[in-house]
Amino acid sequence: MSVNFGSKRLVVGAHYGLRDWLAQRVTAAVMALFTLLVLAQFIFSKGPIGYDQWAGIFSPQWMKALTFSVIVALAFHAWVGMREIWMDYVKPVGLRLFLQAFTLLWLVSCSGWAIQVLWRL
Amino acid sequence: MSESAPSSAEKRPEFRNIHAFRDLPGYRWPPAAVVSGMHRASGLMMFLLLPFIIWMFDTSISSEISFARFRSAFNLGMLGLPGLIWKLVALALIWAYLHHFLAGLRHLWMDASHAAVSKEFGKSSALIVMSMSVGLTLVLGAKLFGIY
Repeated sequence: MSVNFGSKRLVVGAHYGLRDWLAQRVTAAVMALFTLLVLAQFIFSKGPIGYDQWAGIFSPQWMKALTFSVIVALAFHAWVGMREIWMDYVKPVGLRLFLQAFTLLWLVSCSGWAIQVLWRL
Repeated sequence: MSESAPSSAEKRPEFRNIHAFRDLPGYRWPPAAVVSGMHRASGLMMFLLLPFIIWMFDTSISSEISFARFRSAFNLGMLGLPGLIWKLVALALIWAYLHHFLAGLRHLWMDASHAAVSKEFGKSSALIVMSMSVGLTLVLGAKLFGIY
């Protein structure tokens, strides 16, 4: 790593955007694979899907661990996207800060709820 | 250089922020722009409806009793709203997810392939994304409303 402190500290630059861009792609890929995995269990199941079949998809420990990762990925992905929207359309700094803080609160709260549901299964 | 700059340069408009109501309607909207705009709109919609999505996950998966409650919300209604309204919300979410998913795959493809970064591909892939997302929404919507 190059020197990134003192007078050489990077305060602006394309790398911040690159990190978000890459994070958005990686989290999207994780969610897309998860979607196909859940969809495949629907397609290859026989007969109508009741509660048992549906809950059964999420009950194995590996599926819980994977779903946990997907919840975290979703929160990160939505944060990058929502931040972009606020930065593009909301100019007043105070309002933008409020919306960004609200977005984080919203995503962390929703993630907590989803993880709670997952872990008591 | 600065002294010889034409005075008209001072009057050039500045575009520092996109005004959602003043600027967006005046843009030209080719298919790629529509897909891009809908990508944002669908993402925003899913973000705002996140509590409803998690509510669906919660009630459908927690127990047989909550599963029955989940079903009745879409058949008999919930919170004073008829089941039809909740089905329409679910349908909107189905479209949002499909569009966001397919438009995202289009982005990943364009990231990975230089050949895909062209005006022609931008247009044709945008039309494919829109027709596939609407088509699949109709297929799943028919299932949601019990047509097959």
